[in-house]
Amino acid sequence: MRNIVIIGNGISGVTAARHIRKHSEDNITIISAETEHFFSRTALMYIYMGHMKYESTKPYEDFFWKKNRIDLVYDYVEQIDFKNKNLQLKQSENMEYDVLVIAVGSKSNMFGWPGQDLEAVQGLYSYQDLESMEKYSPTTQNAVIVGGGLIGMEMGEMFHTRNIDVTFVVRENSFWNNVIPPEESEIINRHIRKHGFNLMLETEISEIIDDGNGRAKGVKLKDGGEMDAQFVGLTVGVSPNIDFLKDSELETNKGIKVNEYFETNQTDVYAIGDCAEFQEAPAEDRKPIEQVWYTGRMHGETLAQTICGNKTAYQPGVWFNSAKFLDIEYQTYGQVGNQPDEDTEVHFYWEHKKGEKSIRLIFHKEDKTLKGVNLMGVRYRHEVCDKMIRDNWPMKKVFQNLKKANFDPEFFKKHEDELVGMYNERYPNDVVKLSRKKILGVF
Amino acid sequence: MKSLKIIHKIGLIVFTIGFFTFLSLFFLGQYQLDKNDLREVIGEETFPLVDEFASDIYDNKYNNQFAFISDFKSVLEQSNQEVKAKFEIKSDLAKEIANSIEGKAFQQSAIEKAIGEPSGEEEEWQLKQLKDYTGWMEGKEYESSEELTSQLENVIADVNKSIISQKGFSQNNINNKAFTITKQSEVGPVVQNPWLWLFLAIGIPIIGAIMYLLPKLKTEHAGIKNDGIFHSALKNRGWIGILLGTFLISFYVFLYWYPEYMTSWIVMVDPLSKMISGNPASQWFMYGFLYTLAILVMGVRMMIKYRHSPYQLIRTVSVMFFQLSFAFVIPEILVRLNQPYMDLKNMWPLDYTFFFDYRLNEMIEAGTIGLFMLGWGIALFAIGVPLFTYLYGKRWYCSWVCGCGGLAETLGDPYRQLSDKSLGAWKIERWLVHSVLVFVVVMTAGVLYTFFTGSSELLGINTYNIRAAYGFGIGAMFSGVIGTGFYPFMGNRVWCRFGCPLAAYLGLVQRFKSRFRITTNGGQCISCGNCSTYCEMGIDVRWYAQRGQNIIRSSCVGCGVCSSVCPRGVLNLENRDENGRFNQPSLIGNDSFGVQS
Repeated sequence: MRNIVIIGNGISGVTAARHIRKHSEDNITIISAETEHFFSRTALMYIYMGHMKYESTKPYEDFFWKKNRIDLVYDYVEQIDFKNKNLQLKQSENMEYDVLVIAVGSKSNMFGWPGQDLEAVQGLYSYQDLESMEKYSPTTQNAVIVGGGLIGMEMGEMFHTRNIDVTFVVRENSFWNNVIPPEESEIINRHIRKHGFNLMLETEISEIIDDGNGRAKGVKLKDGGEMDAQFVGLTVGVSPNIDFLKDSELETNKGIKVNEYFETNQTDVYAIGDCAEFQEAPAEDRKPIEQVWYTGRMHGETLAQTICGNKTAYQPGVWFNSAKFLDIEYQTYGQVGNQPDEDTEVHFYWEHKKGEKSIRLIFHKEDKTLKGVNLMGVRYRHEVCDKMIRDNWPMKKVFQNLKKANFDPEFFKKHEDELVGMYNERYPNDVVKLSRKKILGVF
Repeated sequence: MKSLKIIHKIGLIVFTIGFFTFLSLFFLGQYQLDKNDLREVIGEETFPLVDEFASDIYDNKYNNQFAFISDFKSVLEQSNQEVKAKFEIKSDLAKEIANSIEGKAFQQSAIEKAIGEPSGEEEEWQLKQLKDYTGWMEGKEYESSEELTSQLENVIADVNKSIISQKGFSQNNINNKAFTITKQSEVGPVVQNPWLWLFLAIGIPIIGAIMYLLPKLKTEHAGIKNDGIFHSALKNRGWIGILLGTFLISFYVFLYWYPEYMTSWIVMVDPLSKMISGNPASQWFMYGFLYTLAILVMGVRMMIKYRHSPYQLIRTVSVMFFQLSFAFVIPEILVRLNQPYMDLKNMWPLDYTFFFDYRLNEMIEAGTIGLFMLGWGIALFAIGVPLFTYLYGKRWYCSWVCGCGGLAETLGDPYRQLSDKSLGAWKIERWLVHSVLVFVVVMTAGVLYTFFTGSSELLGINTYNIRAAYGFGIGAMFSGVIGTGFYPFMGNRVWCRFGCPLAAYLGLVQRFKSRFRITTNGGQCISCGNCSTYCEMGIDVRWYAQRGQNIIRSSCVGCGVCSSVCPRGVLNLENRDENGRFNQPSLIGNDSFGVQS
């Protein structure tokens, strides 16, 4: 019986614990200083907006942990003695481990702006960040959110529900266009403005202004302007939360250095999730640090195999991701760059006339096989997209079967015919016929 | 935009004023007993007896129903006392009869001997009763005079007990008469101008509600807007929710057991009832009218809230249509055409009285149309349920057609997040709802046994008692008082989830033989919990979604809200080939090994 200790009760650590329990009888302990129980970080915004209570963001009922013999310790790890395999905790006594999994996640980036340490200046990552947003909200009329990304979008939407005026200050010339193609980015720009947000593109802040009591009262812009803001959201990405390990024997760079087995330079010590940095990116289209819910989960699943004796290298499949921008859902499958590459790619881009839905299919120019799918306001079936990309489906086969990929609810207007029309127009010698819809889904 | 927001706010004020007008009507009634009304309701024969006690209150004008009903009931109770005193047989008579017997065997002639030539109505009645009650004793031998005396004393006690029900007013009868009399004795403002009050108490709230709701089309963007639900005093068991729940529970208690106290509301809809069916309104007409309005107005709200989802729009139109036509208008028109009252979309076992003797007789006597109704009602649950549930899941009924479902999906939508998602609640649910299904089957079997054999005893139990127990416990208490009254406490599907035997039956089909399932989308779930939170049936949808497993649950009514609120497009209601319906949990995206979540 080994003592397996996991630091961090986010999706990576908890998934690892659950999967280890499936295959072993070892003692499992999860330590977290954030919350007593695992909750869904992605749902923090819904607590603030009143869609859910904190309790409803817990994916497992509280009895689950005892039932599965996973010990939960609500404490903070101050230091790790790797030589003696010992953890020094803030409140409780030291704890020994045989196997240690570090899954401590991220912290919000700060780029050294003057005033970034003032009160009411923060990102949104942890439960404590949420509490602090709650604390400052009643005294906030204007909020400035720095950065055009997913967390910034969430923060903006949150304040919007409390009638707080929100200004996005975005360095790029279009929202999130360092990740998604220009047309999709433009959909988001329009959508944000339609909802009454102030969206300032190609703008950067130079300083956060002190109100004299240590709290933010506004920001200065690089081009000289100034704006009132009783709250400044810094949502310019996150980075591994490893300050407490900086001076230890553990090899770190931006994150904790790991190989494809999540092994660190210390024996029996692994790192997974946001805080791990691969020595080599796990795949051609992947980055060395993966900071997504889904990858965190997969790290946990994979490491559990290794810990339980089935040494398994991390091998991610076809990339996928999703998000929601106010009322527009976003899904992506495969490789979708932020700039269409005319030399190697063929794009089919369809956009609904109201400008809140789009479908983009990207094929390799050379062999006309599917490379990626990008969707705004339309849901596609993961299984089908995954198969089409993984099995290198040729263009015609993709269009013939495109309807099967649609995952929108019943009675929603389906637009695959329009895409097939685009294909047929471009390739008139090899057209795709459309199938008839069943009456009442039966005949 | 700004003016729309003002209209929105004024709408809420108008609605509140109207709603309080409606509430205050309950206390606004004035009552005066009219001699002719009383004569009509009591009947010519008994009237003089009651008249004697009622004459004191003819001239009284009552300002509330409580005093009036109390006085009226005491009139009937006084009459009962008098009747009882008049017809009561003295127990001494037992000995007299026993003494006039010669030999051991009892003879009825002894009774005549003891009483002598009956003088007047009372003795005639007493003689007849005693003879009726002792028929079985004729010729029976008794060991001693004491034994016979004691037997006769029992008989006399039984006869005395029957005096009230035969000559006076039983409790049931008192309640019925109180309802009719109270309604007829209304002299207050409502009865003088029912249309005006209908406008003030019903029309104004509707106008307010519409003013409140319609501006949202412009002031709110289409999409899921559950903002502030858990901060709301109405929607998160706050003080408004508690008040509303208390109102709903009280409303149902009055409706089922004390309708005589709510006659002001009923008088208000009298002219409407006469217009539609030709009859004066009963409490059930008033209830049906309010029920339908609630579904229509809150249906409009539902449509505005979920206007980005064609599934929700079409489904809501469907429940509004079935309530308005099938449940409300068509049955009233059937009555107008002298046909049996029937809601053709309701079915056994939800419609638990379908096989009751009076309903069967009514249908059989109504000729072709009655037989059609009988056949239709049987076909609906015997063929319709398995067939449609196989094709589309139980949603075809529960969230598209059913009246209880219709109210839950419209009036109840603001409370869907209050359902309990715990494993414990699921356990209770399964025991409870299937027990009710067993109960209704046993009850109906007993009722049919009695219908065909004429015997009211089945395995030593009186079938009328089972049926009464079901009607009180399940029909009124569970489906009404708890089912709707608990919306603001336990969510909008308490009845459907824990009590409805039809839902249990549909659920069994859905679980074991159906094409319906909620598909989860590969590995896209982020465990946020919106799906579980907004599942009105208390299904922990996330538990399945986060492990990539199809959701196949007997309780799922297919409202589609989990799919609507999912921010990542993970859930979809689908009817597909049965193969692969019960899939192995699997999440797409990790190729490291065959992941089984």
